[in-house]
Amino acid sequence: MTALIVADKLTKHFAIGGNQVVHALDGVSLTIAEKEIVGLVGESGSGKSTFGKALVGLHDKTSGTVTYRGEQLPQQYTPLDFQRHAQRMQMIFQDPYSSLNPRMTVGEIIGEGLRLHSDKSTAEVRERVADWLQRVGLEPDHMSRYPHEFSGGQRQRIGIARALILEPEFVVCDEPISALDVSVQAQVVNLLDDLKASLGLTLLFIAHDLSMVRYVSDRMAVMYLGSLVEIGPAERVFYDPQHPYSQLLVGSNPEPDPATERARKGTEVIGEIPSPVNIPPGCRFANRCPAAMDICRVTRPELKLLKDSSGPERLVACHLFE
Amino acid sequence: MTAPLLEVTDLRVEFDTYGGTVHAVRGVSFNVEPGETLAIVGESGCGKSVTVQSIMGLIPMPPGRITAGHARLRGHDILRSKRIDGADIRGGEVGMIFQDPMTSLNPTMTIGDQIAETLIVHRRYTVKQAADRAVELLASTRIPDAAKRARQYPFEFSGGMLQRSMIAMAIACQPKILIADEPTTALDVTIQAQILDLLQDLQRETGMAIILITHDLGVVARMADRVNVMYAGEIVERGTAEDIFYRSAHPYTLGLRDAMPSNNLARSHRLQPIDGSPPDLFAPPVGCGYFARCPHAMLICRGERPPLFGLDSGHASRCWLQHEDAGRSIERLHTARRPATATQSPT
Repeated sequence: MTALIVADKLTKHFAIGGNQVVHALDGVSLTIAEKEIVGLVGESGSGKSTFGKALVGLHDKTSGTVTYRGEQLPQQYTPLDFQRHAQRMQMIFQDPYSSLNPRMTVGEIIGEGLRLHSDKSTAEVRERVADWLQRVGLEPDHMSRYPHEFSGGQRQRIGIARALILEPEFVVCDEPISALDVSVQAQVVNLLDDLKASLGLTLLFIAHDLSMVRYVSDRMAVMYLGSLVEIGPAERVFYDPQHPYSQLLVGSNPEPDPATERARKGTEVIGEIPSPVNIPPGCRFANRCPAAMDICRVTRPELKLLKDSSGPERLVACHLFE
Repeated sequence: MTAPLLEVTDLRVEFDTYGGTVHAVRGVSFNVEPGETLAIVGESGCGKSVTVQSIMGLIPMPPGRITAGHARLRGHDILRSKRIDGADIRGGEVGMIFQDPMTSLNPTMTIGDQIAETLIVHRRYTVKQAADRAVELLASTRIPDAAKRARQYPFEFSGGMLQRSMIAMAIACQPKILIADEPTTALDVTIQAQILDLLQDLQRETGMAIILITHDLGVVARMADRVNVMYAGEIVERGTAEDIFYRSAHPYTLGLRDAMPSNNLARSHRLQPIDGSPPDLFAPPVGCGYFARCPHAMLICRGERPPLFGLDSGHASRCWLQHEDAGRSIERLHTARRPATATQSPT
């Protein structure tokens, strides 16, 4: 397996005035191999979307690097950089309502990337758009319609066609199914699955639905307050989480099974995710962690390979495992 | 048997729009017993929120219209009048919490004042009494430092804390029924777990009934005693949580279950989406609402609306397959599903 995209100590801070800094991402390192699906989970405000956007250059980087096939990507993208990289990296957005321009036809929306990034003629672009509409399960004559004429699931298909028409290698899916109904979620997941198989895509799948991420992903990464706390094969992280936060997250996930749910003990969750402004030193989870020790409030734990026999590539950032 | 706490019969709600009349709720009947949790589950547009909003008198009229039906709280019809013995039931006997606490609270009033207002209006507390009680209520929803928090405004609260404040407000007058409309949809799973725990604890302490509106089958499994599954403005299946999850007798309920990755579904199994989309409620189908998407559809399903077939105590399915002449039992329905599910055992 060769690494396709490598984030090394990727950091993104937002200054919000008054000498205050939001630590959206603090030193996140993650390697995504070719044709791999990495699921990224965490609560809102944990920095999942910021990470996805920083990877494809929609956010400039405060520090750290992103390397794509050995080439280091710029800290801050210029229009020329987008021109160069958009063909390889694309993004599918969460909200199928606000991410499509209501004043453009579906054909214009899907074809825009091709018009900007290729020298195809108008007729060729139309042909490709028609082809892609079919591939995502819509009709070619939908091209002349506007986004408001479509349902949420159909709009998400339009968003997928727009991202994939350039045949990128790497796609960030930022909560692609969160806004959809259950029956439609399955349609979109199966579509992504088929397209992944036929195009050989590499995906970063950002979501908060743990069951779906477990089902979709090869590896699962758990994020908390701007840093990664655990990475490993999706099944292992889901069924046998090691980091206290991953355990909390998996333990809070309700399963559609009354017997399991009734046997579940009340969750002993204390507090909520703290504000990412001016974060104290030490482990970010220390103030909510049931197993916190003195060292946790002083030194920030690094992601380390788990020592026991629980399989390859389990990385956990917790002092309990040192 | 005593009369149920809340009895809804044949509720029908329509909305006039420029595009025509939307038949949002098409004959919904259900009961709520004291102390139980009834979940109403369904996808967006199925009429679950409109159902409880009409009971609470929250439907704007016009364009909305309740064309038929009754809702009786302790025998009093509350569809026509929201007052029983001169007291408004809303905020009194029936409390309600909403999906989005940020937009449901008044941004210009402190949290404490908003809770106190309920008590002053419904229970004629003095301002001082109400303010003290508001702090107690906030503390009972496990908000730390309640006295200080009561003096703060909604923007100073997190989403989870706002939902706790909403719950404090809804239970201020010790309602007999708490209606929770997607109470945790806007929250993260860890906060969702806390709020659901809180609701269960409060129910245990006060004995109130909860009507839980949700689209999340995980939340249903966790909370519900009984479940109503809604589709296209109708209840298509009802029963205990066990009936719905283990002995489901309606193709839509089964379809929903198969569209979700259950926790032991291996990667090699594909999810089974429900093809198509819900029917147009401007012109609802004559027959079964699920006809166009149903893998088991028969001729009769197109032309005749199925009645609710009672199966066993309390379990009922609005599906012609349950007719004695259909010759297809629930078992047949289940074996038609995906063959093996348990291939990956949790370690």
